[in-house]
Amino acid sequence: MARETPEVNGGSLADIAFLLLIFFLVTTTMDIDTGITRLLPPEPEDQQEQEVQVNKRNVLVVLLNKSDLLMVGGEVMDRLALKQKTIEFFTNPNESMDLPVMEDTEVQFPPGSSSLLPPDGVWRGKTSRGVISLQNDRSTTYGKYLQVQNELVAAVNELRNDFCNLYFDKDYEELNTNIPVEEEIYEGIRKIYKMNISESDPKNIGGRN
Amino acid sequence: MSKFRRKKGKGLQRINTASLPDIVFMLLFFFMVSTTMRETEVKVRVTVPEATEVKKLEKKSLVSYIYIGRPVAQVARTYGTEPLIQLNDKLVSEEGIPYESIQDFVLFEREKLPESDKNRMTMSLRIDQNISMGKVDDVKQALRRAKALIINYSARKEYRDQGRQR
Repeated sequence: MARETPEVNGGSLADIAFLLLIFFLVTTTMDIDTGITRLLPPEPEDQQEQEVQVNKRNVLVVLLNKSDLLMVGGEVMDRLALKQKTIEFFTNPNESMDLPVMEDTEVQFPPGSSSLLPPDGVWRGKTSRGVISLQNDRSTTYGKYLQVQNELVAAVNELRNDFCNLYFDKDYEELNTNIPVEEEIYEGIRKIYKMNISESDPKNIGGRN
Repeated sequence: MSKFRRKKGKGLQRINTASLPDIVFMLLFFFMVSTTMRETEVKVRVTVPEATEVKKLEKKSLVSYIYIGRPVAQVARTYGTEPLIQLNDKLVSEEGIPYESIQDFVLFEREKLPESDKNRMTMSLRIDQNISMGKVDDVKQALRRAKALIINYSARKEYRDQGRQR
């Protein structure tokens, strides 16, 4: 038999591990980044202003003035009422002439994914042509601006979620976009309820103090 | 005297610390897995607003950070107390609309990404809630010009119970 190997003293192993542990505690962070993802409109190719003619009834103007007052479609409004207003704007439940034009649309869903859809999986219905125009002043506080953004996103998310619950008995957020069938559903619903929020180029809106 | 000596002779029962390194290593691995390296030192004070519709930022490697806020005490000595823009780890000292700095920053960050992910680059805007929109609009315009169009307004999750007024 070989000579007995002397045992390594493991007493300081704990100290070394503690040192490493403290190093990692100091240099790392645990916070998970969360936020609202939005797409910026691309910069126009030519420098000329592109004036897009939009029917007046298809636009909901959301204004935030320099004293953080919110005005929606010409009336002063509380932030919490904005979500309901947005939902009404995007769905136009009573086919009102003041609310956006609803146009017939066909959206392809995976065949057989829902009992409420015809066998070929094509949803036929009306989608809104509405656009929300969000405008703010240079002196608006960012916190307030984000709250308004949040309400608009919340409105669209609720519409999508309701649709998803009704047809597919699932929450919209729970759709797994890594599965092709669910991704098709996800994209389909996105087409039905578009996040049409346009942000105008910055300008001074002003407002009373 | 003999009483004490006898006691000493028996000796105190020593706690076996052989498993201590294992426990500490376990803790260490837990922290290594659940945390991320702090890459930048934030030189501006940022309290992000609260929102209900927040989502997690998925791939951290695609994300670059833009901070806007009032500088912390040490930085304020040299830069003053006016709101400043910080791109990842460097402060912008450019006057007016920081087109140049942001353009360079976007190009630099985009260069670091693999070809397939270049158009998925996300800009995380970590902006203090009390900053005025003028500064934010400037940054957004600069980002548009630099063709970095996916942005993420950083926000904390707000849990809103029904009927709560704020």
